[in-house]
Amino acid sequence: MKRYSVFAIAREAMRYHSGWEKAWVSPEPKAKYDVVIVGAGGHGLATAYYLGKNHGIKNIAIIEKGWLGGGNTGRNTTIIRSNYLQDPSAAIYDKALQLYEGLSQDLNYNVMFSPRGVMMLAQTHHEVRGYLRTVHANNLQGVETKWITPEEVKKIVPIMNINGPRYPVLGALYQPRGGTGRHDAVAWGYARACSDMGMHIIQNCEVKGVRSENGTVTGVETTKGFIGCNKLGMVVAGHSGQLAEMAGFRLPIEAVALQAMVSEPIKPALDVVVMANTVHGYMSQSDKGEMVIGGGTDGFNNFTQRGSWHHIEETLRALVETFPMLSRLKMLRQWGGIVDMTGDRSPLISKTPLHNCFINCGWGTGGFKAIPGSGWAMAELVAKGEPGPLAEAFNMWRFKEGQFIDESVAAGVAH
Amino acid sequence: MLILTCPYCGVAAEETELAPGYEAHLARFGPGSSDEEFEAYMFARKNPKGVHFERWRHAFGCGKWFLAARDTATLEVFGTYPAQSKEPPAELVEKIKAKRPDWKGFK
Repeated sequence: MKRYSVFAIAREAMRYHSGWEKAWVSPEPKAKYDVVIVGAGGHGLATAYYLGKNHGIKNIAIIEKGWLGGGNTGRNTTIIRSNYLQDPSAAIYDKALQLYEGLSQDLNYNVMFSPRGVMMLAQTHHEVRGYLRTVHANNLQGVETKWITPEEVKKIVPIMNINGPRYPVLGALYQPRGGTGRHDAVAWGYARACSDMGMHIIQNCEVKGVRSENGTVTGVETTKGFIGCNKLGMVVAGHSGQLAEMAGFRLPIEAVALQAMVSEPIKPALDVVVMANTVHGYMSQSDKGEMVIGGGTDGFNNFTQRGSWHHIEETLRALVETFPMLSRLKMLRQWGGIVDMTGDRSPLISKTPLHNCFINCGWGTGGFKAIPGSGWAMAELVAKGEPGPLAEAFNMWRFKEGQFIDESVAAGVAH
Repeated sequence: MLILTCPYCGVAAEETELAPGYEAHLARFGPGSSDEEFEAYMFARKNPKGVHFERWRHAFGCGKWFLAARDTATLEVFGTYPAQSKEPPAELVEKIKAKRPDWKGFK
């Protein structure tokens, strides 16, 4: 792999950009690999990358039904933060945030991580108490967050109406280290680094079945034939339940649609991420100038990658109330993604009933921010066969034992 | 917009009039259930990509719970029936089988 640098740009400029090579190769699958990862989204590619980088396992295939990063990795609102209430969540999301901070250098690929700050508005007294609790918890966890007053909110976000008639802003939970990243670049950067280590990224290859012998996984049936493996990692978000069924077990997961949209591009008006969970909308401004807006999930199982119309209306109503200047803004695009929700709204990074088969799923509405940390923890689990400290609490048997990592109240619905 | 006909009051209710209740026909294991059975009742879900049976409540109408058969891959609604049903009515199952020959039936 040729490194990207200012000298590479200068060199290519001298020869009409004829020397750029493909970022990753697209080989035909081999008969067998040490590890097969199903799902070439952010989490799957990060898992493969850290398997190679941290554990020296490089004989890996990453197989993908569609195209690389075409699922939820390319559909989210790119928010990165780690201000979670529960210790296991704060640990893994903050690991992810720390890795994001150095990711562009690590991958030699600009993921455009922008630590512009994330603000979660408190608009009821209940929310004020909840976020104060989170601030205290974060300080004990070593995650730097702070409580800011409505005046400080207004100073950071001048376009916000803090005296709305329904829900005036009573303060906010602020994480200055949080921000946004370029979601496609995260997938592309990891893919390029994986390919450079000799791993095979096989796109347009759908898994049709999981083969096992005496309770140990031996490979996967795909549309490109059987691919054998010693270890299997399932990292497929919305379709985790379908893949688990092929492997013969059931997950505590329901798939629902989550929607997002972007407005027409405008001049810079908002340089932090604002989340308002009571009125329910969250927004940031992309580098292109579009307002990137996320809302709520549907309340029913759905695999169609499009959500209910009234949720768009609710989200925009909330944002127009919070940012009155947006009322004349046109929306450019709207889309949906299928998110995998667990009973406690926390992910699964776990061994499964099938030996040497591991699962990483259940990130629900908040997977993008976790990609590097999730890959780091999953790689350790796959390499050693046992979870490390980051993944331990996220095993799938916690539901039987009642050891929930309950973020459903702490994180609200907006991630 | 999703429209379900309430089997009690007969109103074709739009989604904003309804409250979702997720998977239907979950049988609670009574006193003495094993941990596995209780976990399955509480958390393990079918989550199919295709025919699904769900609980819905006509929240901003008659207020009653009812059950609905729906396709999660196409959003097609097959029909609704009373909440007291232990399993989907035979004629609804026949109707779904006619439309979805690959469907393995209600389990």
